[in-house]
Amino acid sequence: MQLPPALCARLAAGPGVAEPLPVERDPAAGAAPFRFVARPVRFPREHEFFEDGDVQRHLYLQDVLMQVADAPEKPRVPAFACQVAGCCQVFDALDDYEHHYHTLHGNVCSFCKRAFPSGHLLDAHILEWHDSLFQILSERQDMYQCLVEGCTEKFKTSRDRKDHLVRIHLYPVDFRFDKPKKNRSPASAEVPGDSGERSEGEAMEICSEPVAASPAPAGERRTYSHRSVSKLFLKHVLNVCSVLRILGCTLGRCASHTEFRKVTLGKKIGFRFCRRRKSRCFRSCE
Amino acid sequence: MWSRRRGHLRPTVCGVETSGLEPRDLGSALRKARREQQLVSKRLLREDAPEEAGEGCVAAILGEAEVQQFLRQAQRGTEEKEREGALVSLRRGLQHPETQQTFIQLEGSMRTLVGLLTSNQALLQLEAARCLHELSHSEQSTIAEACLPATSYLLTYLSGHSSDFIELCLYTLGNLIVESEAVRRQLLPQGIVPALAACIQSPHVAVLEALGYALSQLLQAKEAPEKIIPSILASTLPQHMLQMLQPGPKLNPGVAVEFAWCLHYIICSQVSNPLLIGHGALSTLGLLLLDLAGAVQRTEDAGLELLACPVLRCLSNLLTEAAVETVGGQMQLRDERVVAALFILLQFFFQKQPSLLPEGLWLLNNLTANSPSFCTSLLSLDLIEPLLQLLPVSNVVSVMVLTVLCNVAEKGPAYCQRLWPGPLLPTLLHTLAFSDTEVVGQSLELLHLLFLYQPEAVQVFLQQSGLQALERHQEEAQLQDRVYALRQTALQG
Repeated sequence: MQLPPALCARLAAGPGVAEPLPVERDPAAGAAPFRFVARPVRFPREHEFFEDGDVQRHLYLQDVLMQVADAPEKPRVPAFACQVAGCCQVFDALDDYEHHYHTLHGNVCSFCKRAFPSGHLLDAHILEWHDSLFQILSERQDMYQCLVEGCTEKFKTSRDRKDHLVRIHLYPVDFRFDKPKKNRSPASAEVPGDSGERSEGEAMEICSEPVAASPAPAGERRTYSHRSVSKLFLKHVLNVCSVLRILGCTLGRCASHTEFRKVTLGKKIGFRFCRRRKSRCFRSCE
Repeated sequence: MWSRRRGHLRPTVCGVETSGLEPRDLGSALRKARREQQLVSKRLLREDAPEEAGEGCVAAILGEAEVQQFLRQAQRGTEEKEREGALVSLRRGLQHPETQQTFIQLEGSMRTLVGLLTSNQALLQLEAARCLHELSHSEQSTIAEACLPATSYLLTYLSGHSSDFIELCLYTLGNLIVESEAVRRQLLPQGIVPALAACIQSPHVAVLEALGYALSQLLQAKEAPEKIIPSILASTLPQHMLQMLQPGPKLNPGVAVEFAWCLHYIICSQVSNPLLIGHGALSTLGLLLLDLAGAVQRTEDAGLELLACPVLRCLSNLLTEAAVETVGGQMQLRDERVVAALFILLQFFFQKQPSLLPEGLWLLNNLTANSPSFCTSLLSLDLIEPLLQLLPVSNVVSVMVLTVLCNVAEKGPAYCQRLWPGPLLPTLLHTLAFSDTEVVGQSLELLHLLFLYQPEAVQVFLQQSGLQALERHQEEAQLQDRVYALRQTALQG
């Protein structure tokens, strides 16, 4: 199929609309037995017209079309320990450390050291477990927020909220990030593992060794605002960051760095279906 | 961390027996599967680390006792490495459908796995997630349903920060979604749509690609038009999807492919396409088409059709919406470069992927049907002859080429004059010799328009044995009325 040479130039030039030739239809054009009518056509999803393209898509997903590059070696570094206070894990691969950090130190309550998978759940926990104002308000109005993002329902008690999670959102009855607050022990601050179980069912904690220092002295009930909790948390992050700076890495979101994954095709590649994945950028964090 | 599974034909590709099949027969088998709505596509991430390969051979099928032992070790082992190793062994065994069955039949196994998934040991958590991912790849919906207790956690982890882990969760969810309606029925109330809407703001390309995959699986569900697409359209997902498709330095092809397919599934379900048009879908996709044509020109390589196909489909279907017309009755998509780009893509398909020619021609039909401007572009950019060169490809392509030519010719004498003289009449005499009724029928329609608006063509037609070409079809039921009418016109002219 030969295209006119000027076509590429037309594509490269600016946008434009062709001045249409005058339209002049003769009624005999559509007269029987002729039946042509110019019309745009639409195809619904299951139409057989899409068969070939759908099969191509399927093969792509099943990785039959694209061959896979050698798995990039996990970059190994000299073994180093997590710098977060009280954490004793050692790593020799940055991927592992990143996952560990995000999982166990990423959203940690600095009162009771419980770790949560998201900021959303951490916020809810702090409010409900460590904020006296919340306790007072909850006696008068519905304060227990549904844990599902996007659901704005609030409830009088955590029990009601759990019922809602189970009935409406089909959450498991023993959802691990919705532990009801146990009896408050006035003599001590919250300690990890106070629900008494020692199983994988625990809300996540940072380390199996007990944490020595607690920000609240025993017996004192503080009303830390969320903001001061965030500052403590930030301090952890900065500590880690400075360690990582020494290692010459950045952690977390480094927007200037492009990730791309390497996939080799049966033929040589040009257009960016060839991508190479770097899981880390080795620039120091400024 | 992850590499895709090495490319080779698996013994079965989602229920379709493929071992020993030639590529062409594989295509037929898959097309048949699609017709029967059995085409289930899944993604499998599997780490083929050197040390695993070094230990040699394929992973063995695990019996019940072994599965139990590994689970116990993972749950209660004292050394973290030992616990992790137990899960790695379990994961390897779960590559086998037999082990998967054994696993789900073992009481408490999923509960233990979910416990490990939510444990305080990050690497155990990761291995547990990988085990779940292997299970998600099963072709048995019972196995997918056995994973139901894990879904709330998979969704919860989407708001975390560990990008590799999120990627894994997304692919696992995508696989589970496509396998079982029960899983979808649970995921929707569990808040998958808001979770995806939050996750799509991730800056990590791998996460976005995985998200696009999971979303595309959700959108393909048979209940999607009623139960899923409305809430997707009500969220911020469409705007983000369109952002991922904007051409420019930030465009990532792998990500764009996934979201282009997502858009296609939404658009062809026809739930609320005017909303998408309102978000600028037509202009974004039009610009992307230009970008694709540019990419085709710069390189010889395959892979572009994976993105071109859904983009063509989206544009074609959107053009059928009434909302395309603005107050002045002009189409929103008017840039002539779209036609140039489309022909560059048609040439690319002609050389590399002829099966996609109909899809490209479909867009050309929808562009030209109601647009004098685009019909004029076809003429002024000298694209009629290239179009005619596509006729020999197949009957389907021939019919579509002739339809586009009819779109041009029916606009009147000013257009037919530009089709004459030229290769059009000899081509029609040639297509009249085809045996396919639809091709011949469309040729007759075009001939009728040509005779009407360009009467000089009649004489030349007669001189070139046109009548004999017509008479060949005078017994054909679907054609005879038109053959007769044309014969009369020719003889009277």
